Amino acid sequence: MPFVSRVVVESLRRRVCCDPARYLIVNERPLVAVLDYGIGNLHSAQKALERRGADARLTSDPGLIADADGVVLPGVGAFGACMDALREVGLEAPVHVAVESGRPFLGICVGMQMLFTKSEEDEQAAGLDVIPGTVKWIPVGPKIPQMQWNLLDLEKPDDPMLQDLGDDPYVYFVHSLHGVPDESEVVAATVEYGVTLNAAFRLDNVFAVQFHPEKSSTPGLRLLSNFVTVCRVPND
Amino acid sequence: MKVARVIPCLDVTDGRVVKGTNFVDLRDAGDPVELAARYDLEGADELVFLDITASSDNRETTIDMVHRVADEVYIPFTVGGGIRTLEDARQMLRAGADKVSVNTAAVQRPQLISEISAEFGVQCVVCAIDAKRRAPTTDAGAVGEWTVGDGWEVYLHGGRTPTGIDAVQWAQDAVRHGAGEILLTSMDRDGTREGFDLELTRAIGEAVSVPVIASGGVGTIDHLVEGVAEGGADAVLAASIFHFREHTVAEAKERMADAGIAIRPVVHDG
Repeated sequence: MPFVSRVVVESLRRRVCCDPARYLIVNERPLVAVLDYGIGNLHSAQKALERRGADARLTSDPGLIADADGVVLPGVGAFGACMDALREVGLEAPVHVAVESGRPFLGICVGMQMLFTKSEEDEQAAGLDVIPGTVKWIPVGPKIPQMQWNLLDLEKPDDPMLQDLGDDPYVYFVHSLHGVPDESEVVAATVEYGVTLNAAFRLDNVFAVQFHPEKSSTPGLRLLSNFVTVCRVPND
Repeated sequence: MKVARVIPCLDVTDGRVVKGTNFVDLRDAGDPVELAARYDLEGADELVFLDITASSDNRETTIDMVHRVADEVYIPFTVGGGIRTLEDARQMLRAGADKVSVNTAAVQRPQLISEISAEFGVQCVVCAIDAKRRAPTTDAGAVGEWTVGDGWEVYLHGGRTPTGIDAVQWAQDAVRHGAGEILLTSMDRDGTREGFDLELTRAIGEAVSVPVIASGGVGTIDHLVEGVAEGGADAVLAASIFHFREHTVAEAKERMADAGIAIRPVVHDG
């Protein structure tokens, strides 16, 4: 039995109670599309999701993405290069479709940054503008990039994605910039690194993390489990 | 908050871990996946796999090993040894390594660092520097009088080949070319178990903006504490004290925490 958080189970019950038949179509092995646009290594993210019960596929096929129960946008390297690559393989529109469909959507690292409006790393490159705001350079810090584990301070401890991460949810960061949303209410978690940096965001069905859950051992795998769990809930 | 990392280094050849496989309860102590998983459980923050043969013959075996580790172990890991070209780096990173470490080839052609970082980002490139304290040199103007040479010199080929290049200078150049981290090994201390060259660690750490991993000379857990507390290292790397089970990573972290160093506590509930 895969890990299921109480909050998620409750929300699942709420959604199915009015129509018990829908409970039957809860997908035990939800299809998760991990967007492959030729950037970085995606094996760990895909394998970790599979290990946690998803049918995780690396894909750039809009049809498969449209059919998926949940979508993951990874990313590594430079903001502008990632945006260019995403557009080149024609994934910008499918990302917007997935976001607007209300299905669970997870952005990781530069994949999270791309969801913002723009980035100081590349002023010319337009972001996806799903989370209104700017990705900014870390102003000060012991070392830049922050390349280490750091302790999450949960701003939204009730978020289904942040359930049961343990007492000390240390996760692995590699970044020189961080997201600064126009509306601070979307910040789901922060870390201290000289200053307070935003580490996770929640906007409706979109959850986005600056850190690498697929490289964050137990707490990271829990977060991915939580994602698989929310993907099991049938979508309208 | 700086959170110091503890990094076991594993020597591999032909896709197998060699040396230090004294884990009594492992089914196959030479299996990199099984060892990596064990170190993850003990609280290792990252791993470094050093391909000590790194001939082109066994490249495929190493790539296969990297693939298997990436599929099974969910902490970051670096692969080093024999990364001479962008294509070498590309193969390792595509197979699932989070970072590659470059050494000799980068000294000979620093553009290698720029090429890898341009394609994969600076966070992927670790510049490994083997440094040796400059030998005392005679002062030509005062025969018979000895002056201690300044600083440290970069050595290649595992400490056999001097380059004449100043280690601090090279560290700064490497960062300018796009290295995201420096893996600094004191060739004077490597294998001695006398502890890090703290002065060297401090000198490099103060000269560059990126994180520095201290390596070479660890014989006790206290040496790891010193590396961070006195050397200012962002991470400490050790091989033998972990491999031969003299100490576990968990013990090391406990001691570091007792000394007031911020570390990621070991999660026991798996």
